[in-house]
Amino acid sequence: MRALEPWVAGPLETFLAESAARVVLVMTSAGQVVAQHGFTRSLDVMSAAALGAGIMASTTEVAKIMGTPHFGALVHQGSKQGVFLAGFDTPRGRWIGLVVFGPETSVGLVQLFFDRLARELAAAAPPESERGPVLAENFERELNASLHALFGR
Amino acid sequence: MTAVYRDALERVSAIRGVHGAMLVSTEDGLVVADSLMEGVDGRAVAALAASLVGRLRRTTESAGLRPPRLFHLRAEKGSILAVPAANDLLVVAVAQPDANLGLARLEMFAAAERIG
Repeated sequence: MRALEPWVAGPLETFLAESAARVVLVMTSAGQVVAQHGFTRSLDVMSAAALGAGIMASTTEVAKIMGTPHFGALVHQGSKQGVFLAGFDTPRGRWIGLVVFGPETSVGLVQLFFDRLARELAAAAPPESERGPVLAENFERELNASLHALFGR
Repeated sequence: MTAVYRDALERVSAIRGVHGAMLVSTEDGLVVADSLMEGVDGRAVAALAASLVGRLRRTTESAGLRPPRLFHLRAEKGSILAVPAANDLLVVAVAQPDANLGLARLEMFAAAERIG
């Protein structure tokens, strides 16, 4: 499990242990990766983050048409694996969790422990520090630091 | 069909000492229908009971035994009962220690038959 922000690691490790999920991705609603578990290639995690954020944006628009701010969660159940996608509010804004799970667990368990993860992350989030403008000279260094934190390279 | 589920569950939850009953999808661990008192977290009970039943079923299969007809988890402050029903459903009841568990079991078997 790798996280950009250290306070995310504890609740996420607990979630992984209790839900028996195979792959987890926590990202902002813009698709910026906050933490991941189970991905081995950076290309996969970036693709999954972009697709997950896109799906959430689409379903949120559908929800608005139906007169509700957003849906609770979206589940795609396959024969061997399922995908659980849900948004939750944190002091850092709305975040998204993407969870891939197999037959060793159930969507009920994933949902149950994901709700707990969302509550714990919302409670643990420190107030966001003031961020300066992204300068060209800092961009590559920050990008490399993020990639190192998420993939250890 | 929803009325059949509701009626079957209400007969279980009306028993003295039973905090509530629900119908759970065994594979998904999701609540299909419920008749619960306030304060019982139905989603959590459903997910954990379905997981427990799934594991115990695999255990009995591995031991070469027939699938259990009743699961009774007794804890210090109460019990959880689960009876498998048709269509991969599970009748689950949450009871306090002094509940009439004999009657609860009979009503749960009856509920499982009616649902099937």
